[in-house]
Amino acid sequence: MSETYEKPPTESYEVTGRRTKELTRGQIKKARITGIVMLLLSAFVVVVFIPNVSGVATFGLSTVDDTIQLSALVVPVTASLWVLAMVLGFLGASQFVRGFQRKSTLILGISFGVFVMAMMVWATAGQEFSLISMLVATVARCTPIALGALSGILCERSGVVNIGIEGMLLGGAFTGVVMGSLLGGWVGLLAATLTGGVLALLLAVLAVNFRVDQIIIGVVINILVLGLTSFLTSQVLVKSPELNDAPIFPAIKIPVLADIPIIGPMFFNQTVIVYGMYVLVGSVTYLLFRTRWGLRTRAVGENPKAADSLGVSVAKVRYLAVIYGGMVGGFAGAWFTLGTVGRFDEGLTGGRGFIGLAAMIFGAWNPIGAFGAALIFGFSESLEEKFALLDTPIPTEFLAMAPYLVTIVVVAGLVGRARPPAADGVPYEKE
Amino acid sequence: MSLTSPDGSITIEPDDGPGPSFLRKLTTATDWKTAFVIPALAVFTALVIGAIIIMLTGSSFSQMIEAYLALLKGSVGSLRAISATLTEATPLILTGLAVAVAFRAGLFNIGGEGQLLIGGMFAVLVGFSFTGLPWFVHLPLAIVAAIVGGALWGFIPGFLKAKTGAHEVIVTIMLNYVAYRLVDYMLKTELFQREGRNDPISKSVEPSAQLPALLGWLDPAMKVHLGLFLALGAAFVVNWLLFRTNTGFEFRAVGANPSAARYAGMSVAKVYILVMMLAGALAGLAGAGQVLGVLDRASPGFNAGLGFDGIAVALLGRSNPYGVVMAALLFGGLNAGGQYMQANADVGIDLISVIQALIIIFVAAPALIGAIYRVKTDASSTQISQGWGA
Repeated sequence: MSETYEKPPTESYEVTGRRTKELTRGQIKKARITGIVMLLLSAFVVVVFIPNVSGVATFGLSTVDDTIQLSALVVPVTASLWVLAMVLGFLGASQFVRGFQRKSTLILGISFGVFVMAMMVWATAGQEFSLISMLVATVARCTPIALGALSGILCERSGVVNIGIEGMLLGGAFTGVVMGSLLGGWVGLLAATLTGGVLALLLAVLAVNFRVDQIIIGVVINILVLGLTSFLTSQVLVKSPELNDAPIFPAIKIPVLADIPIIGPMFFNQTVIVYGMYVLVGSVTYLLFRTRWGLRTRAVGENPKAADSLGVSVAKVRYLAVIYGGMVGGFAGAWFTLGTVGRFDEGLTGGRGFIGLAAMIFGAWNPIGAFGAALIFGFSESLEEKFALLDTPIPTEFLAMAPYLVTIVVVAGLVGRARPPAADGVPYEKE
Repeated sequence: MSLTSPDGSITIEPDDGPGPSFLRKLTTATDWKTAFVIPALAVFTALVIGAIIIMLTGSSFSQMIEAYLALLKGSVGSLRAISATLTEATPLILTGLAVAVAFRAGLFNIGGEGQLLIGGMFAVLVGFSFTGLPWFVHLPLAIVAAIVGGALWGFIPGFLKAKTGAHEVIVTIMLNYVAYRLVDYMLKTELFQREGRNDPISKSVEPSAQLPALLGWLDPAMKVHLGLFLALGAAFVVNWLLFRTNTGFEFRAVGANPSAARYAGMSVAKVYILVMMLAGALAGLAGAGQVLGVLDRASPGFNAGLGFDGIAVALLGRSNPYGVVMAALLFGGLNAGGQYMQANADVGIDLISVIQALIIIFVAAPALIGAIYRVKTDASSTQISQGWGA
């Protein structure tokens, strides 16, 4: 027997299922580390932000056509930075000393929020910054991310991994613009939705019937759709530009609600695709958690064998969930063309499907959670855009990285842990 | 089929039960039908579908034939075409190996893109930072830097998988995007950016760190470079490592059945970390080949999808290092021929991605091929990755 194999297993197993008052050593260590991170953020504000600025920062809170006009928020830069640094320092110190225990994740989130506020005050010093237009952009940009996440949730709750969201977005964006140019925006939206459904059918057939590795199928869908849409763009759309000129959905003001300051223009003066997103987030939550269909879908995603033995057809449930998911993904794709510019360019989704995947994980496979995550990611996207305009020395690339880094932190369980459905990605073989 | 360690002391039975089982047919089947007939039929079928797509976009039958002749001519029709094929195949061999070696240990490395980028950036940094070094010092230094950079980027998912159970697919996807942004940022820093330029482009690699062109004395347009031999050497080393050493046996044992491997006394955590570092190093080497051999500089997007193509190459090559070389040559030929086809037959190169995607579908689902051609195939298909819930 060779020496390599004689040593005993090195992994140790700890039982940490019970929630007790006593903190384990790991929890104390985690509290210390997050405390230090927060203190470092505070120090960063004091050392880097405060010495370089003075004067006031002006944040616009209303757009010109709002019914109720709010006057712009003018804050003294140095004083407010000191306040924010002190808040961060206080939170960090208390986390370090005694820990917020179960609220740690929340407090850490708040700390990052406070830090972002400090960053915005610092970047705006001596300038004017239309906060409201950034918030409006946040909701718009959150839309394809939230819908992409929803597409993933529908598939994965039934136990089929969908990393082809990016391809579904791209496919929907393409057929949306072509059919939209030919027959109008509504037909385009329908075509986009159906395209997502067709791609999902491919995923379902290969995953359920042929039991192909689901991650491979996702990768293939992404490559296939990117290749096909780019090919068709260069072969067809370039030669007939009239096929690449679709009408754009206008923003629709919802009476009364749109008049609420800040919230109104943010949420209730958007396009029909954004409203569709609200409806889908709500209805998918209801369907998944309040209906028989949802219970069956979740059961198949967690324990297909048990569901099967109770007479639920695993294949049928998975087919339905995946196709619904794909249709949501295709609908999301329409946002890129019919919701914004009205034309298609190669690869215009730019990885937004993967941010949707990240939002799904960050939101713990829950539609409302994913919507929250998508808002955060949409915020970081529009902040990135604004900072580029404000000409700050902050490299915007790091803001763009945020969603991806946050996801790694979440899947690694460093801060909280998102648990996927138990049978996610595992093909089911009837015995 | 059970696995036996090189000295015959340990035998591991693959986990064939339901649930998360790895690699079943992919890495164990070696009969000629699964190894050659299915891939050949997959490629043929994908080409036929490609032909249909060309004709659907308004080309006549003869134009389609012309396009495919151009594809053939551009890949093997002349010495220059063969040089282009080999140049395209070089990074694919390495990114294919980066995916294949991880497959063998039951891991799905989607992070080839990021590992290649970081490796390439390390190589470029060494390539332009030192001046006046002799080539036999400078070139190896740049290559080692790329290996270190790639291994570092591969270490992160390996470490997180080993210590926290974070699924490597999610972590590597996210790290790809982090790498894209990081490269965008780095190329705009004073350290990397070329003097007098506002766009993100790095300084040029010193001639002493460039991989020499093999056929440059015949025709300067022939780009095939020394990196080809590095890639072939890597395939040889990986093959030796996997099938002739205890470490390689541990990799395969963990891939076949992690709990049996743990029971036999192997550290699964160590294997995960090592394999991902090795995979990262291979992809990083591919990055070095691109920046030191082809581009002589770094600019955004020099990854050019090579990391993703590596997945296709590893699947087509059935995760066997020499199979990977063959698959990379085929894909290299398609890429080189596709460029020629685009220039001479007015059919866009993106068709090649479509054909490649179709090839993966047919290779991953042999039952489809079986149904079309009435060939008897094993009904079980490729299941490589572990479910996220596991």
